[in-house]
Formats: sequence, C-alpha cells, structure tokens
Amino acid sequence: MGIAVRLSGVSKRFGSFAANSNISLSVEEGTIHALVGENGAGKSTLTKIIYGMHQPTSGEVVIQGKPAHFTSPRDAIKAGIGMVHQHFMLVQELSVAENIILGHEQAWLFGPLPLEKAKALIRKEAEAYGLAVDPDAPVASLSIGEQQRVEILKLLFRQASIMIFDEPTAVLTPSETDMLFATLRSLRDKGKTVILITHKLDEVLAVADTVSVMRKGEIVGTVPAASVTKPELARMMVGRSVLLRVTNPLPSPGETILNINKLSFRTPKGEERLHDLTLNVRAGEIYGIAGVEGNGQSELLQALWGLAAEGSVISGDATLKGRSIIGKKPAEIALMGVSHTPENRLRHAVILDYTISENLLFGRHREHSFHQGMGFNNRTIKSYTEAMISEYDIRCTSPDRQPLSALSGGNQQKVVLARELNRPSISLLILAQPTRGVDIGAIETIHKKIIEARKSGMAILLVSSELEEIIALSTRIGCLYKGSIRHEFSQEEVALKREAEHEFEKEIGLHIT
Amino acid sequence: MNSKNLRLLIPFFSLLSALAVSSLIIALAGCDPLMIFQKMLHATLGTPYGIGQVVFRMTTLVLVGLAVAIPFQVRLFNIGAEGQLLMGAFAAAMTGAILPASLTSLIAIPLCILSAMAAGAGWALLAGVLKVRFGVNEVIATIMLNFIAQGITGYLLTYHFAIPSTVHTAQITDNAMIPTYGSVTGWFTNSPANLSTILTVGVALLFWVLLYYSRFGYEMRAAGLQPEAARYGGINAGMHSITAMSLGGAAAGLGAANIVLGYKHYYESGMTGGIGFTGIAVALLAGAHPLWIFLSAFFFGCLEYGGLTVNAWIPKDIFMIIEALTILLVISFSALGKRLL
Repeated sequence: MGIAVRLSGVSKRFGSFAANSNISLSVEEGTIHALVGENGAGKSTLTKIIYGMHQPTSGEVVIQGKPAHFTSPRDAIKAGIGMVHQHFMLVQELSVAENIILGHEQAWLFGPLPLEKAKALIRKEAEAYGLAVDPDAPVASLSIGEQQRVEILKLLFRQASIMIFDEPTAVLTPSETDMLFATLRSLRDKGKTVILITHKLDEVLAVADTVSVMRKGEIVGTVPAASVTKPELARMMVGRSVLLRVTNPLPSPGETILNINKLSFRTPKGEERLHDLTLNVRAGEIYGIAGVEGNGQSELLQALWGLAAEGSVISGDATLKGRSIIGKKPAEIALMGVSHTPENRLRHAVILDYTISENLLFGRHREHSFHQGMGFNNRTIKSYTEAMISEYDIRCTSPDRQPLSALSGGNQQKVVLARELNRPSISLLILAQPTRGVDIGAIETIHKKIIEARKSGMAILLVSSELEEIIALSTRIGCLYKGSIRHEFSQEEVALKREAEHEFEKEIGLHIT
Repeated sequence: MNSKNLRLLIPFFSLLSALAVSSLIIALAGCDPLMIFQKMLHATLGTPYGIGQVVFRMTTLVLVGLAVAIPFQVRLFNIGAEGQLLMGAFAAAMTGAILPASLTSLIAIPLCILSAMAAGAGWALLAGVLKVRFGVNEVIATIMLNFIAQGITGYLLTYHFAIPSTVHTAQITDNAMIPTYGSVTGWFTNSPANLSTILTVGVALLFWVLLYYSRFGYEMRAAGLQPEAARYGGINAGMHSITAMSLGGAAAGLGAANIVLGYKHYYESGMTGGIGFTGIAVALLAGAHPLWIFLSAFFFGCLEYGGLTVNAWIPKDIFMIIEALTILLVISFSALGKRLL
C-alpha cells in the first residue's frame, strides 16, 4: 500500500503563534488514521492544511505521491480529498439527492440535473457501506445520524479517496456511533483512506488502525492502535499521567432538595419539549440526566433557571425545598440557593471581553460582600480571585488584565465552576455539559471539584451528553427521551454497573434512543 | 509593538489619511492646500477668539458624542442625537422664555438645563422603548424620530412661537443665560464659549466613572457585550438598553443648552446645523470612550470652525465633502483596525 498523505516538516504560524510546528506524518492508503489531542493541540489546523483551507508557512504536503499546493478546498477536492465537518454543510430545504450533487451539478445553466445518477449512487453505496437513506427525503426530515450519512455520500459522489472526519461522533447516539464505525471500516476495506479527528480515546482504540497524538502543535507520537492502552494515550496527550475516572466514594444522600413534578414545556411554536417530567434530587447526590441532545435538556434547564422564552407554556411544578422556582427570574432563583453552569459556556456563562477577575464576579456581582459604595471592593475581589485561581488551578498570567477569551476552554470552564461552586449557601447546583470542550487534564480537576461539592452536601443535577461523564459522576441516572424520564437507574444499580462501563453505556443507550 | 499600541495608532492613521485626501480635494478645487491649512490653523488656534469658537463647538460635540457613545456601550446605534438636540434646544428656549425675569440665575439656569436634558432623554427613551418592547431597530427608530423632532419644532416655531417676520423664538430671560468666559474671566473675547464646558467635563467624568467603576456600568457593559449571557447572570438587559439611550439623550439635551443658553439665547430654525450627526463620528473616532471623546471632539471642532474661516478661498460645498469624507475614512479605518488586530 502507498502513502495517501505525507507531510514533511509542515509548520503553520499565525502571527507569533505556532499552531503547527515541524509536523511530519505519513497516512497509509487504506487505513483509518486517528489524530488525537487536546483542544488547541493543532489538530484542526493540521486538517485544514490537508484540506486546503490553510496554507502551511513551511514544509511540504504530498498527496498520493504528488506534491500539493492547495490554495482552497476546491483544489483539495480535485485531488480526491473530502471532509465531513463537525457541523454539517447541508441545505436543509433540499432533498438528499439534491444536496449530494450540490456544487457538482455538471449541468448547463438550464440543463437537467444529474439527479438520477445521484439516486443510483445512493442505492448502490447504501448497500456497500451501510449508508441507507431515502434519496427523495428533504434533509430537514432526517436524523443527525442520517444527515451525516448524506455528508459521506457527498464525498463518495465526488469520488474522494481520502476522507477526513472532524469529531464525527460528537453528535451521535451510541448506536449511531456503532453504525458509523461499521461504515468507516467498510470504507477502509474498499481502499479508502480515513483520517479521524477526535478526542474520545475509546473510539480511537475501537476503530483506528494507527493513532497520531498531537500536543502543543507537534506530533508527539504515531503508534498502531492495537499496541496502546487508553491511559498511555492520555499520558501522551497531556504530557503527564491523568486520572481518567475520578474516584466516586459512596454517597449518603439526605433530604430531597429539588422536586420536579410532572413538568411539561411547550415552546411558543407549540412544540412539546417536556412531557410530565418527574424527578427529584436529594442533598449530597448527583442526579445524572443521560440523553441525546434535543430531547428536552435545554428546555428543562431554561425552566429551572427562569429563562423560558416569552410565550412558552409550562405546566407542572419544580420546587426547591418546597418553594416553587417556576416563573421566577434568574436573580431570584440564585438568591434561593441555586447555582447554574449553562450548557453553552461561551454564549451564556461568561463575558468574553471581560477580564478573568470580572468574570469570576459575573452573576455574583450583586453579592454585598463584593460591594463598596456604588462600585466594587477591589481588595475583596482581588483576594477572592487569587483564592479561586489557586484552588481551581486556573492557568492565566494576569487575572485583572487578561480577557477571558485569552484562556483555553478548560480554563474558562474552571472560571465558571469556581464562581458557581463557591456561591454562598447553595443547596442546588445545576451543571450542564460541565466538561464540553475541555481537555482531559482539566476534566480531572473539574470532576474532582464536582465530587467535592457533592460531599459537602449540595444536591447536584448533572446534564451531559457524555455518557462516560454521567456514569463516572452520578449517584442516580435518569434517561431522558422525548421530554420525559424513560428509565431511572437507582443508586445501587449505578454503583454496581459502573464497574462494567462499556456494557452500562450500551444499556443506557437503549433507553435514550 | 504589541497590538494594543497599534490599536491606539489607528485613529491617528485615519486622521493622517483624511488630511491627505483633503489636500488632494483642495488642490483639485484649485487652491493651495498648505495655504488653506495654515489659514485654518491660524483662525482656529491662533487667536483667543478662534480658540473660543473651537471650545464652544467642541462642547456641543463632546455632548452629542456622548449621546452616541453611551448607547453604543450597549451596542445600540443612536443616530438620533440630532433630534434629541432639537427637542432639547426647543425645551430650553421655551423654559427660558417662560420663566419670570425675577428668578435668580441659580434656579433659572438649572431649570432650563434640566428641561433640555429631560426633553433629549425623553426623545431617546422613545427609541429605547420601541427597541426593547417591540423590537424596532434603533437605527430606524432614531432616524424617524429625527424627522418627527424636526417636524414638531418646525411647526411649533413657525405657527406658534416665532417672533413675527423672524425664524426664532423670543429671547430667554437674562437670568437663564449661561455666562460666557468673556464676561466672567475675560478669556476668548467675544466668542460664544461659555461655562457649559465645565458642566460638560463633569458629565463626561461622571459617565466615565459610571461605566467603568460602578456596578451599574459593569452590568450595562456586560448587557451590551453579550445580552444573552447577561440574562443568565440575572441582569435586566432591556432596562440597560433603555437607560443607556436616555442617558445619551440627556447628554444631547445638555449640548442643546450649551447652544441656546450659552450662545443664541433663543431657538432658531436650523440652529443645530446637523451637529448631532457629527456626534456619530466623534463617538466612533473615540472608540465610544467618554474621555477620548474630548480629543476627537477637539479635532472635529477645529474642522468645523476652520472650515467656516476659509470660506473666502474655498467653497463651503468642498468643505462639506471633506468633512464627510473624513468621517467615512475614520469609520473605515476603525473597522479595518478591528479586523487586522
């Protein structure tokens, strides 16, 4: 087998920042080659170079034996490279077949479109690669997994032989992930080259033939997937040993803090997003909500934080120690002893242009201990900032100058957690996607802090799309499907099944799809 | 040089390029740019009277600049400083004319100023409420409100309050006039520069402290930067939008007081001369910062008055082109700067 992609001495600089430095990499034809690394390690820059979106500052790119100087993705596509982006590039209103030929209509302005050819391809490839999808269906009606199949069919239609997948499983359910992996394997078996970018180490070990690990813009190692273990990969990524699963000591839950009773939520457009959702969270326990995104998580969080869009209809109730929180404003709910880290950190939890110190205050700026006259007490804030930075290991250079946007995702999230976990007298902590976009090194710190918070007696509601995280942290697990809890795993069940994590993930998977 | 220092240089680059383009246009109009600039410099900063004229214009420009800059902090584009200025000016002139002549200055002047600020604030508040309550784009709302303000003041002047065969209202009482520096200290002889300047410095400082050193400003800027995040943080973003608009309108009203109470002493048709629109450029050049506004207002003040003084050599129309081009250049450069740095 030849070499599909060869990079020698490739560097990419943005100003004084080296996103990639001196990268040499060979991807063999007909293999699945995984590229792993933390956020900011340079994975996406590297793939953008291969896909022609960036031009290397120095070094050489050779595609199938020919030196390549791509100036745009169009050149890369011509050379047989295709990419499935994390966010799909599909036109929702058009049909599957129309999307597939989009940009490659091969027709004159008023000539007929080669729709039949696309449909024939879909039928043929559907069988060969397990990509079943109705060619006439509008894309908007497809599930996320099916939309991803359309993206793959697009590459096949363009006869791509090298396919790049950017975090393809981030949006998939466990069973969809399994199907995708089967497709990837059959693509490989038919001689296609697959480059898989991911940060999920289990997936790498499950599907890849070769793994390259990136750290700080460099390739720190390329190894056959069969010869490494997960902890070894993690150590290569972070540069030190990391604890992949926090120790989760036995909980001893107390009284019920949050009681959600038959909560239903209808959007202003009339779609029912929550239907008779019932659950309760006790002091000193973590209630994990497992579920595929879009099954009502966002609406539940909005309802609990007083942010339901105007015109939504909420029925049923949610009470905190007997007092209803539905219909209250965020500031009032916070005063009742509720703390909340929103799903979308960048949009909702922080002010990116504010300094780290100002962000540690955000949402808590009404607390009197920070006040002085009309303004803030700088000395109190300074000592609070320093305490949080050391306690949460927030890596920054000058907290009262640096804007939050200068920090990595993990450190931003530590700022949010430090702020929310330290609110005075919290009884309920609502954590939504607490480690999304966070490096494994930082995940360790964050998970430890969450367990500590639980031990201190807080009731914690954890919403996460990462089953691994739900399993590692939760005391009880509720499986959310189409707006209600379809199945709940008791404390004993979770403790028992946690030991066989993979089987447990499969089992939860059945309840959420 | 780091990017922060470079960012500070951007306004100077834009002024430099504006100067170059102006020279070209002046040359095309058949004049010697160097001579024109020399004359301008002498007429504006070379005599006490010229300096006084610049100070007077600069005062209004700082205030209309603030009228644009404060809403800009919550990402609202107040195009309505002109309308707020008109309403403020009319209110100041009316109040000043109604007040009994026996009223002492210590009461008459504050009353007139407050009525001007209230009128400006109220006019801007309308745009704020339309935005928050009904989602009307504030640019459209403030432009429309400019027309309405023109209509209202024009109608009231022409049909009700104008002194027959003139285009202005009755003079305000003597005690409502803000004294000029000329009458108090003898500075800037005969120029319209008046004690409003001191008030203006105070207002700008107040806005500066309010924005950057108070809890209110912390919330307001957060609401401007990321309104959705502000809602999560329990901040009432809509309230801040309305407040910012009103504060801006009040600043414009004060600018009107400078013209009416400090200089004209009555309301006259067309007296604002579109200075409210120059406020947009003043605010943008200063990056909407309440203190940098003084520098950019100084620049535009020199340009405005300097343009008048060279009328004998170069047509007014050419100077209108130069001023507008300068504003465009300033805006383009600051946009370019944001993209590059």
